[in-house]
Amino acid sequence: MILRELSEAVGVSGDEGDIRAVLLDAVREHVDEVRVDTMGNVLALKRGTARLSGSAELTEALPRSAQQRIRVMLAAHMDEVGLMIVGHDNDGFLRVRSVGGIDPRLLPGTLLQVGHERIPGVIGVKPIHLLREREGEKVPRLEDLVVDIGARSNDEAKKLAPLGTYATFATQFRELGPTVSGKAFDDRAGCAVLVELLRGERFRSDLHAAFTVQEEVGLRGARVAAYSIEPDCAFALEGTVADDIPKDKDVSPTTELGQGPAITVMDRSFIADRRLVRLLTSTAEEIGIPYQIKQPGIGGTDAGAIHLAREGVPSVTVAVPCRYIHSPVALLSLDDFNNTVQLMRESLSRLTRRTLKRGREKN
Amino acid sequence: MRELIRKLVETYGPSGAEEQIRAVIRAEVEPLADELRVDPLGSLVVRKQGSGDGQRIVLDAHMDEIGLMVTYVDEKGFARFTRIGGVSPLTCVGARVAFEDGTAGVIGIEGKREDTSKVPKFEQLYVDVGATSREDCPVHVGDPAVFVRPFVCMERAQFTRLIAKAMDDRIGCVVLIETLRRLEHTPHDVYFLFSVQKETTLSGARTSAYGINPDLAIAVDVTGTGDKPECRPMAVELGKGPAVKVQDSGMIAHPRVRDLLVQRAKEAGIPYQLEVLERGTTDASAMQLVRAGVPSGCLSIPCRYIHTPSEMVDEEDVQNSVQLLLEVLRAA
Repeated sequence: MILRELSEAVGVSGDEGDIRAVLLDAVREHVDEVRVDTMGNVLALKRGTARLSGSAELTEALPRSAQQRIRVMLAAHMDEVGLMIVGHDNDGFLRVRSVGGIDPRLLPGTLLQVGHERIPGVIGVKPIHLLREREGEKVPRLEDLVVDIGARSNDEAKKLAPLGTYATFATQFRELGPTVSGKAFDDRAGCAVLVELLRGERFRSDLHAAFTVQEEVGLRGARVAAYSIEPDCAFALEGTVADDIPKDKDVSPTTELGQGPAITVMDRSFIADRRLVRLLTSTAEEIGIPYQIKQPGIGGTDAGAIHLAREGVPSVTVAVPCRYIHSPVALLSLDDFNNTVQLMRESLSRLTRRTLKRGREKN
Repeated sequence: MRELIRKLVETYGPSGAEEQIRAVIRAEVEPLADELRVDPLGSLVVRKQGSGDGQRIVLDAHMDEIGLMVTYVDEKGFARFTRIGGVSPLTCVGARVAFEDGTAGVIGIEGKREDTSKVPKFEQLYVDVGATSREDCPVHVGDPAVFVRPFVCMERAQFTRLIAKAMDDRIGCVVLIETLRRLEHTPHDVYFLFSVQKETTLSGARTSAYGINPDLAIAVDVTGTGDKPECRPMAVELGKGPAVKVQDSGMIAHPRVRDLLVQRAKEAGIPYQLEVLERGTTDASAMQLVRAGVPSGCLSIPCRYIHTPSEMVDEEDVQNSVQLLLEVLRAA
């Protein structure tokens, strides 16, 4: 399963070399062109099968839209949240800061892998025996935590993990019956969906796949990727929040595991194009796979940057629901994963110029 | 003009769901356009050909309005929601809303609030659409809604105030339409841009301006006033003329655009005010950063109670805004 390999690869925002190599290997044989751009995005093209119209003379008079296949951008970010080494204590402990959104409640006692050599480390924690009254109720600040890689001196620590070294959670991928667990499902789940789409049959449209960098620190890779791709429309593929653990109030779970792909209509970064939302929901209904609308107003994805490229790009986000994202271990349903791949495949094969045409609206 | 205002403010069109308002505006402007198109995100771009070697000028007003969106329908059929754009929970309780298909709702608040003197959180509010269960609820997660209030004219001896929801920025749209109607001769190619998704992310103006690639851009939008009891001090009043923006929290108006507006107002004897807005911004802030940069400014219509369901403008300010834009577009 490609998801295992992608989940276990390291690639914190700004340091995506390892995961990029895995992705290049995974898609190279299945696409017509692939390149790495200046920011480090992997941009791949899988040409469509739709025939281009007539002779050059004829096409010159036609607008671009009539001459070319639809350019569909499919984006999944390859970076993951993690930590960066920012200091070394005299006795060999490391100081860290977060890269992307990390919940400090989850850190003490967590296993890490530090640097490309994957040096094992653990986030130091005071044993329960020594906690003073109520001390255990407070969440330690990230600035007060230390990472222990077994170094015995400042020099040794600096040699093993110089300033700027990245660290990720040391989490193995596991299959738990109908669900799987692992780190970085946000957004290796989306990357895995995109790899599956590229490995399949061609569509009528040109697929421009973008495995983007630095999403977790500000949608930075997607912005330049969309500029160079100049797509007619875009789908951001994600692993998104599922908060369906028990609650004491009847409120939204954001998304639920097992209820199918989650479609975003609005989040903090953009409003989805309604024609693309309709394409996805009508396709799901037609082929009989479940889908859910993600709780609006929460989070943001690469679509927030993509829709603003050049003259604007109609965009939507489709996600695999994941419990516990941005933590050391997330969990997703393989049914949801497979349904997301299928929904995307069927929707892309139904995508035509007509989907994107705005009818004469009634007054 | 009042009927046009009524028509525009009463039309549904929250950010991201501008189909209905776009159709209404399109019907008004299509006969007057030399070229008309709807661009990729849905903004309506109307070009009026100039007579000579003028500039490429954008006049922008956003056609979207603030609103709310359903986030969850509970077991009893009550719909929880989030806001689209800058909606305050203060103006929500007891408000009536309408969904795109006309479904009506009223906003209620949980009774179990710990401190009733505090502004409620959105999590404590819900829309009641008359459902009894999740199954029979006519609205669904992701459905957008807008506030509902009738359009009111307050005619007094010295002035007329106009009150409606979505005056922000349908009044700007009206000013653009009237300007287009009355525009006879101009050297400039004028692009009347009715933009989308301003209230959320300024996405429409930014992308449309990229497509138009203008020499100069002017946003026409509402601005706050300092003429209400105990309000934040601000040197703009209702009825004292359109406001020429100096700066707001998102942009500093290009001095050339600011001075052009002031100059033409003076020459034509149109009352105007200068505006510094401390909180809030307009499409101009997005347009000025497009491509290699666009000299941008803003003509503001003074408005009380912005982002509430009862936004109030002065009718004469609106008329003077049209007059001033016509002066700006005439030959130097």
